[in-house]
Amino acid sequence: MKLPARLLLVFCVFIIAAGYWLTDFDAHFAFRGDGRWKTTRAADPVNGKVLFAAGGCISCHASSGSDDRVHLGGGKPLKTPFGIFYPSNISPDLKDGIGRWTETQFIRAIRDGTAPDGKPYYPAFPYTSYRHMSPDDAADLFAYIKTLPPVAGNAPAHDLSFPYSVRRGLVLWKLAFLDGTVIEVEPHKSESWNRGRYLVEGVGHCAECHSPRNFAGAIIDAKRLSGGPNLEGKGTVPNLTPDKTGLATWSEAEIASLLKDGFTPDFDSVGGSMAEVVRNTAELSDTDRMAMAIYLKSLPPIEGQKRSK
Amino acid sequence: MKLQHAVLIFSLPLMATLAVASTANIGERQEIMKSNGATTKPLVAMLKGEAPFDLTTVQKSLANYQDNIGKFVTLFPEDSKTGAKTSASPKIWEDMAGFKSAADKFAADAKLASSTITDESSFKANMPTVLKNCGSCHEAWRVKDAQ
Repeated sequence: MKLPARLLLVFCVFIIAAGYWLTDFDAHFAFRGDGRWKTTRAADPVNGKVLFAAGGCISCHASSGSDDRVHLGGGKPLKTPFGIFYPSNISPDLKDGIGRWTETQFIRAIRDGTAPDGKPYYPAFPYTSYRHMSPDDAADLFAYIKTLPPVAGNAPAHDLSFPYSVRRGLVLWKLAFLDGTVIEVEPHKSESWNRGRYLVEGVGHCAECHSPRNFAGAIIDAKRLSGGPNLEGKGTVPNLTPDKTGLATWSEAEIASLLKDGFTPDFDSVGGSMAEVVRNTAELSDTDRMAMAIYLKSLPPIEGQKRSK
Repeated sequence: MKLQHAVLIFSLPLMATLAVASTANIGERQEIMKSNGATTKPLVAMLKGEAPFDLTTVQKSLANYQDNIGKFVTLFPEDSKTGAKTSASPKIWEDMAGFKSAADKFAADAKLASSTITDESSFKANMPTVLKNCGSCHEAWRVKDAQ
């Protein structure tokens, strides 16, 4: 009796120690290395502005109560089943914003979900998609944000329920669900398809709202982009795959058109959070919107929840 | 026993009437929005240059928007919050004044546009302001499949 009991104790201690180490803020770094934020050219704020629109940064990080498209003071509450998130100040303010960040720190934040102090961000900040951006593009985005006006003031701390309030858990979450790969060009596909994929799956982070999630809050891969329940409240988010419950009857031009003016082929106008998304995609070029449509129409159809007209 | 039966028998039609009344409001709301969609279709085609500019259609559409939205805001009694696949956000009843002022803004924008739009270039300059109301109202006051 004595030996198994002692073994059990050793085993328990081992599990606790391993668990503690795996959730250490440095564990992710130790596992994944640091080679994923090296740039290959000088940053280009013009491209950064395009990515800023495609990424919808302003939709979450706009100063609370501000309607303009340049003040990034944060603080506008995002209500989810996990609790209330308050997006941070990402304006170039030296004290409260990201004005003192280095380019590498910014790229790590975007592509790795890691703050300059090593803490993991909650994936409400969609680095799960942004990680597909190249380090060069992330640096361009940083260069553009640096041209915007600084805003003073901090957002309130997130108000989350247990166990989501335990930030250490996120290190494990990231190890399980984040591989940090850049989307590689598929040479046998067209240039617009590749561009569309980059925008939809990467910086545009469409799948973050348009996919169902598992118990741990991670996207279910087999159901990616097939719509799901609305995490911000009641209702559903539509299926973007070319299934009959999704975009089967839509032409590429109709999808591109929705991203420009918000009208569906029936001349309904999109509402909810998508209205804000369209304000962002309206700033993209016709070519980019068409590329997104081409990519969406190329997806395998996945059956999603039916949605009333 | 008999009294209970009597109450039930008399109250059933009453309950049915109430249910029909609110469902009718929801149905009418949905028909008006469909009409707005149909009204918008030729306008967007003209804006995109897919159809030739036609002032008569534009003026008729702008009048139609004003009629529709004026009627629309009267169709939100307390008993029409749920049911019949309504996409009306509960926020409408929490802030009826805000909802009505958004509707008034749409009507006012349509009215103003009908006086400023006289040709194709003034149409292209002024029509988008009116159409922006679609998105901003749906953003604030509509939740798809809320139940």
